[in-house]
Amino acid sequence: MESQEIAKSPAVAKLQAWDKTAVAEVLEFRGETTVVVPANRIQAVAEFLAGDSALCFTYLADLTVVDRFPIEPRFEMNYQLLSIEKALKVRLRVKLGGADPSIQSVTGIWPTANWHEREVFDLFGIRFQGHPDLRRILMPEEWEGHPLRKDYPVEGFR
Amino acid sequence: MTTTKTIETAAGPAQPMVLNMGPQHPSTHGVLRVVLELDGEIVLSAKPDIGYLHTGIEKSCESKTYSQCITLTDRIDYLSPLSNNLGFCLAAEKLIGIEVPKRAQYIRVLLTELTRISSHLVWLGTHAIDLGAMTVFLYSFREREEIMKIYEYVSGQRMMTSYFRIGGLALEPPPDWLDRVRRVVDAMPAHIDEYETLLTENRIWMARTIGVGKLDAKQAIGLGVSGPLLRASGVPYDIRKMFPYSSYDEFDFEIKTATGGDCYARYQVRVAEMRESLKIIKQAMAKIEPTGPFRAEVQGIIPPSREEMKTSIEGLIYHFKIFTEGFAPPPGEVYQSIESPRGELGIFMASDGSAKPYRVHFRAPSFVNLQSLPALCVGRLIADVVACIGTTDIVLGEVDR
Repeated sequence: MESQEIAKSPAVAKLQAWDKTAVAEVLEFRGETTVVVPANRIQAVAEFLAGDSALCFTYLADLTVVDRFPIEPRFEMNYQLLSIEKALKVRLRVKLGGADPSIQSVTGIWPTANWHEREVFDLFGIRFQGHPDLRRILMPEEWEGHPLRKDYPVEGFR
Repeated sequence: MTTTKTIETAAGPAQPMVLNMGPQHPSTHGVLRVVLELDGEIVLSAKPDIGYLHTGIEKSCESKTYSQCITLTDRIDYLSPLSNNLGFCLAAEKLIGIEVPKRAQYIRVLLTELTRISSHLVWLGTHAIDLGAMTVFLYSFREREEIMKIYEYVSGQRMMTSYFRIGGLALEPPPDWLDRVRRVVDAMPAHIDEYETLLTENRIWMARTIGVGKLDAKQAIGLGVSGPLLRASGVPYDIRKMFPYSSYDEFDFEIKTATGGDCYARYQVRVAEMRESLKIIKQAMAKIEPTGPFRAEVQGIIPPSREEMKTSIEGLIYHFKIFTEGFAPPPGEVYQSIESPRGELGIFMASDGSAKPYRVHFRAPSFVNLQSLPALCVGRLIADVVACIGTTDIVLGEVDR
């Protein structure tokens, strides 16, 4: 990843102007901007970006997790945001530790997060506080384990 | 399954009926299970239950090299395999930093738009047959056959083509393939007129689709839907225009929207999109040069041509290294989104500097669009559930991966 740069993205500039502590790091790679946000600020940052009239990040395109096991913090959550009105894209990254990973849900801000967070819970085991219906979505409900974690073998257990 | 709701009936308070729709059902378009709570014929709640086609594609990608993953991508949205191939290749090219030659880009655009037409034909045929209009199904599959014959001519495969590779195309297309494309493209407008004659002003079709499955713009954006679902609610979001990829900015076409936000509006949008795709294909045919590169040349990442491999020692060595060790992109993450026939297909690719992707995530438009099903059909009749599932144009391979 490239080193920290002065934020060229308007989203980052506004975020830093609003609250410097909400932005832990800014990364630029292949023309994409990633803002690393502390885990306990995700809901506030999400509300700010969605509600700001100059940014309008009302569309959550994707929520993905990368498992960096055995490096801690293990889980890197990536929220891909889009502003249809302003044609802007930004990615928010949150790092969570492996021991009982849990974070605030953003379903109140973007209803589409409902299924994305269920998928993340199902395949990675991250819990979302405040999620209206947190249960497995792809795997059968009685499945044990979280298949997309790096310590879960690709061939499964017999 | 128990429910705590109570409904008022003539005989006093009662529990609503819980009806299971699927996973084996002709109208769920795949292995989809919807748990419906009904008060007579009125839907009180509709909960999709998915995962019946989950094959762990994202996990499998982590143990394959980048080139090997391309064959897996065909199976995600199996009605538009070239779209998936394109998305994956674009993401990998972005990650590595490869410039695809213009000729290959134009061929990719042409084939992807043919895929859009082919996918919309399946959608139209199956949506219509669900609602009782059987003729449209037979007609649209006849046209789709012609398109699949073109895929077979160009890539050797009717459906799971895996024709795009990192850097361009897998093979040079046969010299007269554009004549075949021209024949299909010239015949298509009359066929689309045929479908419109059967449906657009058909009173039964209009009664089954107008006002059914209404979604307003704000709801649609909040639910993250994309593609024709979003455009039929009046939001002009088309990735080909907003964040152009693969030289789409050089083509002249319109974003088709509608304001109704119901099943009929989505029907209009998709039919109009088929006509726009024909426009793009004609422009692409004019731009493609008869000879030229079909793949970029990057030593160490893109395999050398067969002649080079057989006649030069460097060619042989690079061929050997690429197919045994693979090539390693720089570490980093990219998110590449494309406008698939169903909506925003996003590929999130994370590399750790090794030959195998560290994480690949497919943001499937059908997965997100299916989430809007309760918003579309709650409060309506059970027959409208079928119309709403059809209008979301889901492919379970994408929903479950």
